[in-house]
Amino acid sequence: MHQELQGLGFTVITVAIDNSADDARPWIEAARPAHPSLIDTTHTLADRYNIVNVPTILWIDERGRIVRPNDVAFGTDTFRPLTGVAAAGHLVALRAWVRGEAAALPAARVRALQTLPTDDDQRARAEFGLGEWLFREGRMESAARHFERAGELAPHDFTIRRGTMPMCGIDPMGPQFREMRGAWAKAGNPYYRPLAE
Amino acid sequence: MAETTYTIIDDGRVAVLGAREGAELLRRAEAEGRPVAVDHEARAAYLGVTARARAAALASLEAPDFTLPDLEGRLHSLSEHRGKKVLLVAYASW
Repeated sequence: MHQELQGLGFTVITVAIDNSADDARPWIEAARPAHPSLIDTTHTLADRYNIVNVPTILWIDERGRIVRPNDVAFGTDTFRPLTGVAAAGHLVALRAWVRGEAAALPAARVRALQTLPTDDDQRARAEFGLGEWLFREGRMESAARHFERAGELAPHDFTIRRGTMPMCGIDPMGPQFREMRGAWAKAGNPYYRPLAE
Repeated sequence: MAETTYTIIDDGRVAVLGAREGAELLRRAEAEGRPVAVDHEARAAYLGVTARARAAALASLEAPDFTLPDLEGRLHSLSEHRGKKVLLVAYASW
């Protein structure tokens, strides 16, 4: 996608919300991307954009304005049976926007579709930030307490609840994740929240 | 000496302060309504950014700038790409 459209004044920027560069390294080296491919171990991006799960995409225009707020999109249909989100819709819309064939969303629509952070979201991010620092200091038990507190404050934030599993020695694809996701679904909450357009 | 210091992480920046200075900074952050996480055992605290500030920035629709490293440790900022359309993709290995 980046290579197809880069001549049109377009770039992709990917950000891995991971615990270390080494977690993201195999993905990045396999893709050999021509665009900036960044690592965010401290949830800097998640904090600024209120990102609570992955994948999350946004469109930003030439003036640095958000013209499509946090949305769920996949580059391929590999995981479609699991996610229920088709790749095609977003790719078609993205191409049309980059080529100038279609406008992005108007400002009022972007604002209506945004989910803004609450006090508890930000408290959860502070607990995560402290936990992440404690983890780097080798204080794993203390870190785990703050990660748990963060998850209680923002149960919808899977960058915290799932993203901290590897730091706690838990398989983020394993039974504890499946149990978490199952309980979340049972309570009537979707795991992926694509924009309702 | 360890007992007399306090580690304060202020929106990602780490500072080791004297206990009194640290306590004062915490009080001020709480008075400003900032989210504060404290670990008494480790004598460390994280001062976050208020929901109000983050929400106002997002609602302005001006994309918040950020600076992050690539695999080689080179830093990149969103603002370097002004003048281009950007697809920003957050993903993870988990």
